[in-house]
Amino acid sequence: MPEVIIPIGPQHPALKEPVNFRVIADGEKIVRIELDLSYNHRGIEKAAEQRNFIRVLPLLERVCGICSHSHATVFAKGVEQLMQLEVPPRAQYIRTIIAELERIHSHLLWLGVAAHEIGFNTLFMWTWRDREAVQDILEEMSGNRVHYGMNEVGGVRRDLNPSQVKAALSRLPHLEERIAKYVEMVERQKTMLVRFRDVGKLTKDEALKYGTVGPTARASGVDYDVRKDDPYLVYADAPWNVVTDTNGDVYGRTRVRIGELAESIKIVRFCLENLPAGNIRVNAPKTAPKGEVLSRYEAPRGELVHFIRTNGTDRVERVDIRTPTLANWTSVAVGLVNQNLADIPVIVAAIDPCLSCTSRLTVVDNGKRKTTVVSFDELRRKNLSNNEEARP
Amino acid sequence: MIPLSLTLVYIFLFPGFLFLLIYALVLEYLDRKIAARMQHRVGPPLFQPFADLIKMLGKEVIDPDGVDKRVFDAAPLIALAAVMTAFLYIPVVSDSPFSFNGDLVVVLYLLTLPTIVLFLAGWLSRNIYSAIGGIRAVTQLFIYEVPFFLALLTPALMAETWSISEIVVWQQEHFWFALLQPIGFVVALIGLQAKLERTPFDIPEAETEIIAGPWTELTGRRLAVMHLAFDVYLVAGCALVAALFLGGPLTPWTFTSAWLSVIVGFIVFLAKTLAILLVLSSIKVATGRIRIDQLNRIGWKYLAGASIVQVAIVLVMNAMWVNA
Repeated sequence: MPEVIIPIGPQHPALKEPVNFRVIADGEKIVRIELDLSYNHRGIEKAAEQRNFIRVLPLLERVCGICSHSHATVFAKGVEQLMQLEVPPRAQYIRTIIAELERIHSHLLWLGVAAHEIGFNTLFMWTWRDREAVQDILEEMSGNRVHYGMNEVGGVRRDLNPSQVKAALSRLPHLEERIAKYVEMVERQKTMLVRFRDVGKLTKDEALKYGTVGPTARASGVDYDVRKDDPYLVYADAPWNVVTDTNGDVYGRTRVRIGELAESIKIVRFCLENLPAGNIRVNAPKTAPKGEVLSRYEAPRGELVHFIRTNGTDRVERVDIRTPTLANWTSVAVGLVNQNLADIPVIVAAIDPCLSCTSRLTVVDNGKRKTTVVSFDELRRKNLSNNEEARP
Repeated sequence: MIPLSLTLVYIFLFPGFLFLLIYALVLEYLDRKIAARMQHRVGPPLFQPFADLIKMLGKEVIDPDGVDKRVFDAAPLIALAAVMTAFLYIPVVSDSPFSFNGDLVVVLYLLTLPTIVLFLAGWLSRNIYSAIGGIRAVTQLFIYEVPFFLALLTPALMAETWSISEIVVWQQEHFWFALLQPIGFVVALIGLQAKLERTPFDIPEAETEIIAGPWTELTGRRLAVMHLAFDVYLVAGCALVAALFLGGPLTPWTFTSAWLSVIVGFIVFLAKTLAILLVLSSIKVATGRIRIDQLNRIGWKYLAGASIVQVAIVLVMNAMWVNA
């Protein structure tokens, strides 16, 4: 067969969010892949500049529906650092509990999606059912299933009472049992093994070269986890280990994520059992002093970075969000070359992409049916000339 | 010679088209329900397959640009006609009245047609996903068809007849082929799963890769008829394997009353086809989709090998028995 172009997306059953791959394939082999992100740019960074510190958190929480707590926490952490606030330990513990529950539900969701991509719908149904247990805990604690609304600058908004702690603890053994089952399945289920092994392989050097983060990097043997390397919240005190793997393929990434499930449960249990007494927040000043901070956080998908610049007012001058998906995209485009057509969905899913969070600006000329990317220099020039015009 | 009226009843009412259509929808329902319960879902209500069929029949038919409409209309009908005809040769209550020496070959040929039709539909659609799906369907055909044919050949070899009804009678007199030829039985079940394009062999219609493969551009009544054809295909496939390996509708005992023997035969037929469906549904639930290159390896290395071994064993057994 000659080379054919197979458009995948922006609308495609394998994709839960809009993205466009143009896969150039020779029969069933992939020759080249052209990525086109940004079908869902929402202008959140700009919107964030127009809200004060109280109103900006609910907005940032809506960057992502899976790691909503991550975005709120990393931002609050950064602003607290600028304001030099001491967040009470109880708030730190509650933030950690929510963060790790979020990681558990995200990884369970991912496992289901990965199984669905290889047509193994049974595991998909099972993990999503078990994920409900985590969602229930989160709902009991925060009243919400998706956007928990727990954070504010200076602490958390809702306290946990002893009955909530007890209820959450009582749900954990069931989850542990199910996770043990999934560990067994990943090691022994034949179709999963043949579809995950040696697929989308990334060596340690490649993982470092293309700047991968999170489980994608750890599956290639890169021992990097912000929770260990730059501890925040209570990760320095809690008993847990960084999970790494040397396989570097989708199988390795599955093993890392399932390993992290067990570690997360350990952290949640530690925090629930050792919840310190005290306040859940300190009063934050309305304004933050002029300054810049790079706030880092280990989201379920990898390292999440918020760059925050304040200028002494009650809102940020600039917030730049670097989601883990953006860091991992390049590795996908590289990892897909020479693979089978049938492996596209699972290789793409293996980094657990969150596309809307990642969207960057693209210029689309509808009349000419052309899409272009604006380089940094062009953007800068444009910006400067706009300023010139705006100047009186 | 059977009277014409009975022949017409056999073709159109029971166990021909009317029963076949109802049973096909029932099997689809059971297949979906069993899979759903295993996956901890609720599953569809009893009339869902029927409702789906009626609804799809009433939906708008969309013609892709530049498609030969008549061929596209005819393709699903050809598939349906082929599998329905195939079913007439498979014993349901007792021998099929149309049976002749060689009907096994006809049935195997007719049961290959739906796959060819899928390829045609995919190729005609002028859609990249359909084309890839169609090519995959044919590639897959070449992989599973040889072991499947060889596996179904072994009962014929041992019974020394090419008629399905006579193979069933042979089993009534001797023993089930499932027990005599377990390797062939397993290969036949796997081959049937592949023919029906069910997980792990749903490579041509892999949803997450190529939308629905050859099915992508089928709409309205074309889609309805194609679905129905595959439901009937499921019945015919289950019935064929039941007849060749599980002794079909016949029991080791004969009944004096003709009615009683018909009823018992029918119940035995239902039980055996449902048992095979249960196995097929379990395979579907317990696996994910494999890749076409992996199927190629598995098919030629293990399935073809196993069926050739089975043929050799049968030849040796035949030689020993005939000589003795």
